[in-house]
Amino acid sequence: MIEAQGLTKDYGDKRAVDGLTFTVKPGIVTGFLGPNGSGKSTTMRLILELDAPTAGDVTVNGKHYRDHTAPLHEVGALLEARSVHTGRSAYNHLLALAQTQGIPRSRVDDLIDLVGLHEVAKKRAGQFSLGMGQRLGIATALLGDPSTVMLDEPVNGLDPEGILWMRHLLKGLAKEGRTVFVSSHLMSEMALTADHLIVIGRGKVIADTSTEDFVAQASGSLVRVRSPQAARLAELLAGPDVTVTAVDGDGLLDVKGLKPAQIGDLAAGNGIALHELTPQQASLEDAFMELTREDVEFKAIEPAVVA
Amino acid sequence: MSTVPTIAPLPHVGKVTQARVALSEWTKLRSVRSTRWSFFAAVVFAIGIAALACTVVAHHYPQMDPREQANFDALGVSLAGVQLAQLAIGVLGVLVITAEYSTGMIRASMTAVPKRLPVLWGKAMVFAGVTAALMIPAALIAFFVGQAILSRHGIDIAFTHPGVPRAVIGAGLYLVVVGLFALGLGAIVRNTAGGIALFAGIMFVIPPLMNVLPASWNNAASPYLPLAAGEAIMSIDSSGNNLSPWVGLGLFVLYALAAIAVAAVLLLRRDT
Repeated sequence: MIEAQGLTKDYGDKRAVDGLTFTVKPGIVTGFLGPNGSGKSTTMRLILELDAPTAGDVTVNGKHYRDHTAPLHEVGALLEARSVHTGRSAYNHLLALAQTQGIPRSRVDDLIDLVGLHEVAKKRAGQFSLGMGQRLGIATALLGDPSTVMLDEPVNGLDPEGILWMRHLLKGLAKEGRTVFVSSHLMSEMALTADHLIVIGRGKVIADTSTEDFVAQASGSLVRVRSPQAARLAELLAGPDVTVTAVDGDGLLDVKGLKPAQIGDLAAGNGIALHELTPQQASLEDAFMELTREDVEFKAIEPAVVA
Repeated sequence: MSTVPTIAPLPHVGKVTQARVALSEWTKLRSVRSTRWSFFAAVVFAIGIAALACTVVAHHYPQMDPREQANFDALGVSLAGVQLAQLAIGVLGVLVITAEYSTGMIRASMTAVPKRLPVLWGKAMVFAGVTAALMIPAALIAFFVGQAILSRHGIDIAFTHPGVPRAVIGAGLYLVVVGLFALGLGAIVRNTAGGIALFAGIMFVIPPLMNVLPASWNNAASPYLPLAAGEAIMSIDSSGNNLSPWVGLGLFVLYALAAIAVAAVLLLRRDT
């Protein structure tokens, strides 16, 4: 369980995180979404108290991270920035961290096997590929059997097989009752993994909702209807909160503000034939872009149209 | 990596203790190459330079004029290698902490030990312990190897000579304090190049710069600089301007402790 209250962080005169208030609950995967530079990594550093907040507060399992006696048992973290001495082997890296709180050597061996680094465990971490580095980061995060797992962009550098593995891992960890908090700038990946979403842009929370609701909201209950009597149907559907748009001259309508069942019943009641009745789901990526459009820090300049 | 992973629970959950963090720091220290190379260099310098210097000096001794022969410092020649060994120890002392910042390891260290200070104490304890365990014997070997060479010309000094055991073992202790001072400076600067520059600047650049001061000021201040204060422990010649051996080493220890204390305050205050 992670609880943030008005969490704020300034670097110089730049506000990286701006009054974040949210709760990350155990037992589910919570996605932490935002464009690059929106403050995700900073928030995670504040949770681990690597950085001190300018204002506000954040606790893990009811306490400041620093006040836990066995910190690695509370939070297992994978940070986006590499946090490994390049001259040390993966094995010794894990061993040194394990020893700080009496975690046995056998645990180090288990995790090296779990993430599939057995062959290279004695090699210097500086020679690792991005994907191997991520796996070592995952092993580090799980070292202390943590009740909260916090991963910053964990699928970065993983191959498709690794991404699938990661999805199973995250869901499995949540099923065991752990708090799982995963950041990403990729909506599509989060839609497949996360049960709940916290979306931030420019350091502020812009959505805190279940993935299901986010999808529903995003699609705005758009329904595509095809009927040979489209004009008559459009008249019947018209109402204060309903917009009907003719898509083409071939009887295709886009209806916003009514559920498919309402449209179908209305048509049946009036003896209008329907050839198609399809709820449209806006792509999540579109929804995410729509939501964060104003909050993207570094926007590509639209190419000017030369007349 | 394709099967659904399961993570076994830990049978027992331990707490962070200073002793455990020190063990962790020992693992860190022994598991990187720079440690082995630096300590190897320090030991080779301490003993090798002593043997070389004693051989050369012994060879030249018959040709020295009587005044030079009267001033001959058999102890000093056999401890000449400490001058070079301190560079290796100092650089390693800086690296022990700054490499964590340059590689990002510090984030993992501070996540495992979020109270932070045990990491600094652990590093200092382990590095001081290993330096003492290697460099006190190295100083003793350097002394006996050197004296064995000098004895062929009958110009050696006995280990039982007053002050000699203190000077030889003190040479090893001096290197321990050099390492701690460098570690403290490295932890303040958090950057390898900057840390080494600061260490070398304070130890080796400031002393000759003192010569631009009026002689009376220079003579009054110079013995209190870290290098001169620390080196007093290695001398049995009390005629000079230097502090007495233990006062000098004590002052050098204070310099090192001050650097580590400043580093500790900054470690708690700064973002990682």
